[in-house]
Amino acid sequence: MVSSPNELFNQPLAVINIGLKIFAEALQEQAVPCVHVDWRPPAGGDSNLLAILAKLNS
Amino acid sequence: MKNIIDKANQEGYHRIDSAQVSLVDIKYARDVLPGFSDYVIGHAGPPVAWSDMCGPMRGAVVGAIKYEGWAENDQEAEALVEAGRIKFVSNHSVGAVGPMTGIITQSMPLFEVLNETYGNYAYCTFNEGLGKVMRFGANSQEVIDRLKWIETSLAPALKEALQLSGPINLKVIIAQALAMGDEMHQRNIAASLLFARAIMKYLAQVSLRDVERARIVDFIISNEQFFLNLAMAAAKATMDPVHGIPNCTLVTAMSRNGTSFGIRVSGLGDTWFEAPPELPQGLYFPGFSAADANLDMGDSAIVECMGIGGFAMGSAPAVVRFLGVSSAHDAVKYTRDMGEITVGRSSYYVMPTLDFQGVPMGIDIRKVVETGIQPVINTGIAHKEAGVGQVGAGIVKAPMDCFVKALLAMDKVLE
Repeated sequence: MVSSPNELFNQPLAVINIGLKIFAEALQEQAVPCVHVDWRPPAGGDSNLLAILAKLNS
Repeated sequence: MKNIIDKANQEGYHRIDSAQVSLVDIKYARDVLPGFSDYVIGHAGPPVAWSDMCGPMRGAVVGAIKYEGWAENDQEAEALVEAGRIKFVSNHSVGAVGPMTGIITQSMPLFEVLNETYGNYAYCTFNEGLGKVMRFGANSQEVIDRLKWIETSLAPALKEALQLSGPINLKVIIAQALAMGDEMHQRNIAASLLFARAIMKYLAQVSLRDVERARIVDFIISNEQFFLNLAMAAAKATMDPVHGIPNCTLVTAMSRNGTSFGIRVSGLGDTWFEAPPELPQGLYFPGFSAADANLDMGDSAIVECMGIGGFAMGSAPAVVRFLGVSSAHDAVKYTRDMGEITVGRSSYYVMPTLDFQGVPMGIDIRKVVETGIQPVINTGIAHKEAGVGQVGAGIVKAPMDCFVKALLAMDKVLE
């Protein structure tokens, strides 16, 4: 396990980016291998909607 | 709860997939739409009052009044409306649909489409072609004259041809056209030609003067969007039997009146769940820009409910540039995303470019809210002022608030 950020960034990176695509695009522009996962918090993170969805999906 | 909803949704999906839709006749609105008599006007989208109507919708209303002879000119027509003499009706409430402004009045001829599986009918107006047309709010004499010609010449000829041909299976034409690169919303080139192929043999047998026959043939074959209105009627006939299934969370209609975007959900009665429509993102014709555009409008999003249009964009690479989509790859992504918010795939409408996968169909409001993925609609863009016409084409997303409101209502129903 990598213990410090410095050590992590001193070696070649292969990145899985989850969520905001802009980070993946920035890495790709710098020729860093990067796979983007299109993900967002369920129901936009709205706790009321999440509770309703949990009920309807239970 | 999940099992109850999933079972209801599977029934809804089955009803979409098993629908067999055919064009069976041409009828006049007064004869088939309940209550369509003097001073009644049908329009696209959820119910909307004159005071809230957008420019193109107002222009089309004025045009419809002149078309019916209820007023002689624009001023008289507007005075009639202001005096409360006109009754406005949402097309969907009477089993009908119309593109853009979607205006229907008693004298207008309609395609009559039968869903043979469930025995219900749906109706749509004739496509007027491009340029100055009522569906974009135009109301000049040229527009009125064309509508009168459709009523008195084209419609009777097509009716007689249909009597000779018998029912024309629209499900077959849609499936074939999908394989030929149409998505049946902004690209109907193949479908229109397939329809022409089906009807021309019989149109040739109708007793007409040669010059009139030539005009009718030219009108049909020169309009690449002629089939759009048939696809809409087919989709309406397909989706109506899905409405009213208890506990079903599938969307049975998406529609816009230029002021408001609404959805109806199978298990939630006739309530429209509305939100402000978004501005379509797309390409504008030379000389126009987003500043000229009206908000999203029309009943045509019924085709997306059935899985075609924007949902089948991955199968229609030729349309993507017209809509301002950057690549065919992005079009495929739209179709894949729609697979995330639907309950199944069509076993009949398949996409050769996506390894013959069926189009994604049966929009589940739970999935839309959970994933945050909004249904995508391919659409024409109307100028915000009446009478200018189409200024572009593009993609618009159904507002998330419609689905959130529906989910909250479903929660109450299931309490």
